[in-house]
Amino acid sequence: MKNSLKNVAVSGVITSNPTLKLVLGTCPTLALTTLAMNGIGMGLAVTFVLIFSNLLVSLLRKVIPNQVRIPAFVLIIATFVTAVRILLDKFLPVIYESLGLYLPLIVVNCIILARAESFASKNSPLWAMADGLFMGIGFTLALTAMGAVRELLGSGAIFGVKLWDNFSIAFFSSSAGAFFTYGVFIALFSLLSSFIEKKQKDKQMQKLLDSTSTSEVKQ
Amino acid sequence: MTQLILIIVSAVFINNFVVAQFLGICPFLGVSKDTKSAFGMGVAVTFVMTITCLITYPIYTFVLVPLHIEYLEIIVFIFIIASIVQMIEMALKRFSPTLYNAMGIYLPLITTNCAVLGVAELVIDHAQMASILGIAESAMNMGYAVLYGLFAGVGFTLAIVIMSGLREKVNKLPVSKHLKGFPIAMITACFIAMAFYVFTLI
Repeated sequence: MKNSLKNVAVSGVITSNPTLKLVLGTCPTLALTTLAMNGIGMGLAVTFVLIFSNLLVSLLRKVIPNQVRIPAFVLIIATFVTAVRILLDKFLPVIYESLGLYLPLIVVNCIILARAESFASKNSPLWAMADGLFMGIGFTLALTAMGAVRELLGSGAIFGVKLWDNFSIAFFSSSAGAFFTYGVFIALFSLLSSFIEKKQKDKQMQKLLDSTSTSEVKQ
Repeated sequence: MTQLILIIVSAVFINNFVVAQFLGICPFLGVSKDTKSAFGMGVAVTFVMTITCLITYPIYTFVLVPLHIEYLEIIVFIFIIASIVQMIEMALKRFSPTLYNAMGIYLPLITTNCAVLGVAELVIDHAQMASILGIAESAMNMGYAVLYGLFAGVGFTLAIVIMSGLREKVNKLPVSKHLKGFPIAMITACFIAMAFYVFTLI
């Protein structure tokens, strides 16, 4: 498949969405989607690490020997996670506090290692950065959407703005609710994408039929 | 003795690594298709977690803190964990081929298991450990760190074995093709989490 910005964007956000399609990086997804704001914070931290680790991996792809590539990738990722941690601690202490333990754990987030291994180590730096950006956006969107649903049903608020007072289902803010919401989201995403796929196929079929029928008329 | 029981209950049930703290979800979903491999993975993770605590805790307390380079903890920890896993793999291959055959395939996966890095990061956070274990913040020491590593691993093993048993049953049921695989596994995990939620009410 030829690289194009559209392809990279569609695959990062939709067709191979890291959270809903590939089901990678599940730990922060389950733990931090109690609030929509946490989803954005985690998503942006991961996006930052993804862009820069992809860039560095891609720049060094001809230098790193094949046998030690995994430790080298992990070291690169750990460096950027440390940088994000120091920056957040200094400039956005609120987000630093709410991400807590899951901030250092970005190092072992499989999305980042998977992109380094399967995309950045085979493509030029600019494409690698674009891939990091769109994968990060896909991750952020999925986390924020799940966070919004859980926050709305669990506490009747969205992004901290209270919408109603007397209705909330505590189940959705609990850990059981996290698993449930994630499961339902993956199922709905798969349902929706197969529906769209079918529609596109129908359209193509219709086009094919139209063209054959017109050619028959001509004959 | 009461202290020990308190630590066990807290680490295994109340603050269960998988269902309460969401650490180690990847192997929990990936290696829970049959009970035998789930148990193997659980034992391997417990082993690595205990040894990780045994090494990272003193390195953090006696090397990184006196030198004021705490900010390097992530890089140092991930390197220690990768080396430990590699060494265990080599030692097992040399001294216990049977154990290597049973545990070997899970070991490389453990390096990128967030439960291991998570426990290393948790035990150096004295305030959080004090609230989990019910001890004074100043009383936190290496003994507690290693014990916590061990029992957090036991909690992980318990959760993954329960999960694999349920999944063996669930996989025989006719479910919609969109729910097959991860979604139904998540919903199964939801019920395990609900069962474990009872312990937080004690």
